[in-house]
Amino acid sequence: MAPLVEVQGLEKRFSVGGAWLRGRRRVIHAVDGVSFAIEPGEVLGLVGESGCGKTTTGRLILRLIEPSAGRIRFEGHDLMALSPPRLWATRQRMQIVFQDPFASLNPRMRVGSIIAEPLAIYERAGATERRRQVSELLDVVGLDPAFAERYPHELSGGQRQRIGIAAALALRPSLIVADEPVSALDVSVQAQVLNLLMDLRRRFGLTYLFISHDLHVVLHMSDRVAVMYLGEIVEIGPRDALYRAPRHPYTQVLLSAAPVADPKLRRERIVPKGEVASPLAVPSGCRFHPRCPLVFDRCRVERPLLRTVGAGHEAACHLNEAPALLTGA
Amino acid sequence: MALLSVEGLRTQFATGAGTVRAVDGVSFAIERGEVLGLVGESGCGKSVTSLSIMRLVPPPGQIVAGRIRLEGEDLLDKDAEAMRRVRGARIAMVFQEPMTSLNPVFTIGDQIAAAVLAHEGGRRRAAWDRAVEMLDQVQVPSPGERARDYPHQLSGGLRQRAMIALALAPGPQLLIADEPTTALDVTIQAQILDLLRRLQAERGMAVLLITHDLGVVAELCHRVAIIYAGRIVEMAPVARIFEEPLHPYTRGLLRCLPHPSRFGQPLSSIEGAPPDLRGADAGCPFAPRCPLAIESCRRHEPALAERRPGHFVACPVAVV
Ligand SMILES: Nc1ncnc2c1ncn2[C@@H]1O[C@H](COP(=O)(O)OP(=O)(O)OP(=O)(O)O)[C@@H](O)[C@H]1O
Ligand SMILES: Nc1ncnc2c1ncn2[C@@H]1O[C@H](COP(=O)(O)OP(=O)(O)OP(=O)(O)O)[C@@H](O)[C@H]1O
Ligand SMILES: [Mg+2]
Ligand SMILES: [Mg+2]
Repeated sequence: MAPLVEVQGLEKRFSVGGAWLRGRRRVIHAVDGVSFAIEPGEVLGLVGESGCGKTTTGRLILRLIEPSAGRIRFEGHDLMALSPPRLWATRQRMQIVFQDPFASLNPRMRVGSIIAEPLAIYERAGATERRRQVSELLDVVGLDPAFAERYPHELSGGQRQRIGIAAALALRPSLIVADEPVSALDVSVQAQVLNLLMDLRRRFGLTYLFISHDLHVVLHMSDRVAVMYLGEIVEIGPRDALYRAPRHPYTQVLLSAAPVADPKLRRERIVPKGEVASPLAVPSGCRFHPRCPLVFDRCRVERPLLRTVGAGHEAACHLNEAPALLTGA
Repeated sequence: MALLSVEGLRTQFATGAGTVRAVDGVSFAIERGEVLGLVGESGCGKSVTSLSIMRLVPPPGQIVAGRIRLEGEDLLDKDAEAMRRVRGARIAMVFQEPMTSLNPVFTIGDQIAAAVLAHEGGRRRAAWDRAVEMLDQVQVPSPGERARDYPHQLSGGLRQRAMIALALAPGPQLLIADEPTTALDVTIQAQILDLLRRLQAERGMAVLLITHDLGVVAELCHRVAIIYAGRIVEMAPVARIFEEPLHPYTRGLLRCLPHPSRFGQPLSSIEGAPPDLRGADAGCPFAPRCPLAIESCRRHEPALAERRPGHFVACPVAVV
């Protein structure tokens, strides 16, 4: 089967400048040569620390922002080559759910209008039919149809996130980019929303790019996981392989650093070095080398490429040429 | 005698829409050198509990009942000046947002030196040297140079360290840390938790760690109190909370979290939402969401009882 989404050599540069940089324009390489594919019905997780380029990657795929380089294929079509009307039509099939349910909903619109808006824009139904579909969508996300009459400020965080999901589902997309969909929620509500997303995936055969900075949430939700560091994917592979046998030191550090609510599962503590890296000062060679516990000379000069380390499992670390050093075996 | 004991604390906010019972009869003690975690979801009263201990509850909030004893002395009897001395020297506090403690217009070295001078007196020069030493202890690289920086010149992780250095400068017996790592990236969080663990052990200082993250609790705490709707519903040594939680709310919380043995499987969730703290309902505050609730749960508020040695639960139905 052909992948639903395929990106190749994706790049996004932002030009920034301001008072604190004394007016000097500088270029941020927010996404720097990212390639991956997502199969239909699959969940690909994207994890990494703040500023590593997760949100930018998600937006590029939806062409909410224009890439500086690279190719994006969606449902077999080259998104960069589509005519404006074709792109407009294709956009219905790709939707996004945002992190902050408080900021992403228009406070002056009733819930019913928020959910119906995409249907109205795409002229998919008349007013009566839209109302019927709104009721159905509310039901699908586990809310009473009476919620259609409410305003966002009358809802809890979890309820708002359900509204955001209902609006994303209205046009029956095949792909949903979920950008930190539960990061603003309390754990008991987070569990409800994660369960809902899993359930919708099964019911509607949805494909997700699931973005989060929370490694355990990403592992829970995803079939495959991509780990990002400073605009690059440093490791990508099946969930279990990545969890049990991570092959990039950054993945190992993340796994060790993420607190687990189970003292029995405590990994060996690797206290990571240094600060979260800034894309304004990208290190030479391997970008992770200043913080890497296993750094050696070659890492400072030569940028490692993704290489296969197992079935569907790739990592960008020179040590994979001598895996015993990496795994401590 | 415990270092700190809180007995029957009630703190309320009188608002136009009713009285918010933010802390509603909380009792716990912290021993010298102990790390106690205070855990619960947003709005359950964690921060108001710590502000009550510091006597820093903002109006219209008021402590309406209870005792807060530090080495036996009741802090609620102290006048403003005596309380200021307690806060300067014996209890210190750090927050999620370092800029709540750091002053943007002074260098961090000057701020820490001022705290040293206020506490120990002595010469300015010596206080400055102590400040640099403190920055070194919290593992700020090139502490001599960083001491001359203003807070905004530091990264988030370094600012957090500077705030910890400032709080620890007078050598407090108790550190209250309110979500100290919540805003940080996970690698920086690991560094700060490691630092707190080390400083706590070296100084034998007691810590009240406030967090919503049970993972952070597992990393750092000796004992945990689980708080729900302004009340402690369970309190036990850390291993027991994770291995044999007794209260239905604690059990529910733990099962809400993704766990490596259950990746991809549906999470069990707690239906509904926490109650409005303005209500004055009788009964257990968790009863409306509780899978085990029986008729009497809605009528009688359960008391926190020691159901096993060192393991306290406020639930008569919990299977022990
Ligand atoms: N519109 C923009 N203009 C300039 N720089 C930008 C813009 N959008 C993003 N960036 C920068 O690009 C980098 C990647 O940002 P991005 O938002 O993709 O990161 P992220 O991984 O989603 O981080 P977070 O976890 O904080 O959401 C950051 O350094 C960010 O400051
Ligand atoms: N100034 C205030 N006026 C009215 N109510 C208040 C005020 N400050 C706090 N409260 C209420 O007191 C309750 C407890 O608040 P508190 O800040 O202690 O929660 P918390 O457990 O620290 O939550 P979080 O995890 O979000 O920090 C909340 O319901 C809150 O709405
Ligand atoms: Mg983002
Ligand atoms: Mg708080």
